[in-house]
Amino acid sequence: MKTLQDLTKTSDDEAVGSTRRPTNPIRRFWSSAVGKKWVMAVSGLALLGFVLVHMVGNLKIFLGAVHLDEYAEWLHTLGEPALPRTVVLWGMRLGLIAAFGLHIVAAAQLTRMNHKARPVRYQSRRDYVAANFASRTMRWTGVIIALFLLFHLADLSWGTTNPDFVRGNTYDNVIASFERVPVAILYILANIALAIHIFHGSWSMFQSLGWNNPRWNPIRRYFAVTFAAVIAVGNISMPLLVVTGVVGK
Amino acid sequence: MDLNLKVWRQAGPDAVGRFEIYPMHDVSEDMSFLELFDVLNEQLETRGEEPVAFDHDCREGICGSCAMMIDGRAHGPERGTATCQLHLRKLTDRETITVEPWRAAGFPIIKDLAVDRSALDRIVEAGGYITAPTGAARDANEILVAKQASDAAMDAAACIGCGACVAACPNGAGQLFTAAKYSHLSLLPQGQPERFTRVVSMVEEMERWFGSCTNHGECEAACPKEISVNFIAMLNRDYVKAQFKNPALSGQRH
Ligand code: HEM
Ligand code: FES
Repeated sequence: MKTLQDLTKTSDDEAVGSTRRPTNPIRRFWSSAVGKKWVMAVSGLALLGFVLVHMVGNLKIFLGAVHLDEYAEWLHTLGEPALPRTVVLWGMRLGLIAAFGLHIVAAAQLTRMNHKARPVRYQSRRDYVAANFASRTMRWTGVIIALFLLFHLADLSWGTTNPDFVRGNTYDNVIASFERVPVAILYILANIALAIHIFHGSWSMFQSLGWNNPRWNPIRRYFAVTFAAVIAVGNISMPLLVVTGVVGK
Repeated sequence: MDLNLKVWRQAGPDAVGRFEIYPMHDVSEDMSFLELFDVLNEQLETRGEEPVAFDHDCREGICGSCAMMIDGRAHGPERGTATCQLHLRKLTDRETITVEPWRAAGFPIIKDLAVDRSALDRIVEAGGYITAPTGAARDANEILVAKQASDAAMDAAACIGCGACVAACPNGAGQLFTAAKYSHLSLLPQGQPERFTRVVSMVEEMERWFGSCTNHGECEAACPKEISVNFIAMLNRDYVKAQFKNPALSGQRH
């Protein structure tokens, strides 16, 4: 039988998190779960900024083809003439890819760590008091967002899933895509998942970044609710109004 | 009152455990939850059965020994109390009460409901102290501390180390315990010299044993001392700050 001493010793491969800490300061920070959560929060913040700007830009669909196409073209010319065409756009794209990459890798590694931290689950039903649906489904809403993102790129950037796709005709491409009922439903569901993810994420990031001040703390919840609601309403309005025929050709 | 106690029985660390149901007849509503177990254990011993192993000591909410998952909640349904302070009158609506041990990699089961929580001691050993000079204690009023700061430090110091935060956390994270043990020192002048080495060593030790924090807030809700997750934010903030501190300059004030 194991003695108490045996129990209190853990060999390194039994440990939940990192035990051998690298000396390189960046790798050491990354080896820590608190460090990874900081990276998640910073990359999450960048993604929040992207999601908001992306939505604001796309809402020009309601101003008509001329405005949306003009905006899409402007994104390509951003930085001209100081920089060649699409350089700034590609810079932003690379930043986004990095943010997504770090966010997802950190999420995967932390999830693994959390599973190791409770190898035997509770055998009776848990009664959660504070954890909510959003906080408990982060990894699932996250995976939905990632899969949807691939479809979204194939649909409106590369045109692979959109038979009527014409490069550069942003407005027509969007309308042609959203007029398909299953596609519109997919967009709506994915954005519900995104809003749920944001509802927890844009509150949680304050804690991970250590932005905590009793005076401002109540505002953090309002911020999260508002952000999630704005993104949900704005993003869902587009497929919804197109598929119902309110907006279109 | 009558109720059924459904209790996790496990003969030893590596034994296979299972729930056992014990009908309890005519127990007083004014009993504490631990007294219910005393009654049960007396009955078991009378019948020549093995009593249920569970941790307890002070029975007044200050030692942090009692640790039970009661109907899916650490320390049961009452807020701000430890298992020893839970009374049956709060549970009159229940026919069956299910009790199981804390479950976490860092808390291996010893027997029945008793788990080994020495991982918490490892975290304190890693930095949850100040290196004080020996000799006579300095006068308490020699170092000025703002009331709000000392209040906050006291709130953190209320931690009794019961492990409910880990038990309640869906990730099995030890963040609230570590944050409390970190903050009660690091919010006060005496804790400053070692503040940034403390945060790194305590966080790194914590991560050997426990999961990572997703800010669910279950820990705060389960904590018998209602310690706030605000301390977790402070811990996170100082951990990041520590990355950019040059320890050689830590003696400088400005
Ligand atoms: C536009 C897309 C996304 C946005 C705006 C976003 C935003 C955020 C934010 C702000 C957080 C909070 C970070 C923190 O607590 O410090 C977060 C957490 C999280 N994200 Fe995302 N995220 C996005 C995409 C994804 C994707 C694609 C995945 C995974 C495949 C993912 C998985 C997660 C998980 C699992 C968490 C919780 C991590 C934890 O608390 O341990 N997210 N997200
Ligand atoms: S027995 Fe001491 S806190 Fe419950």
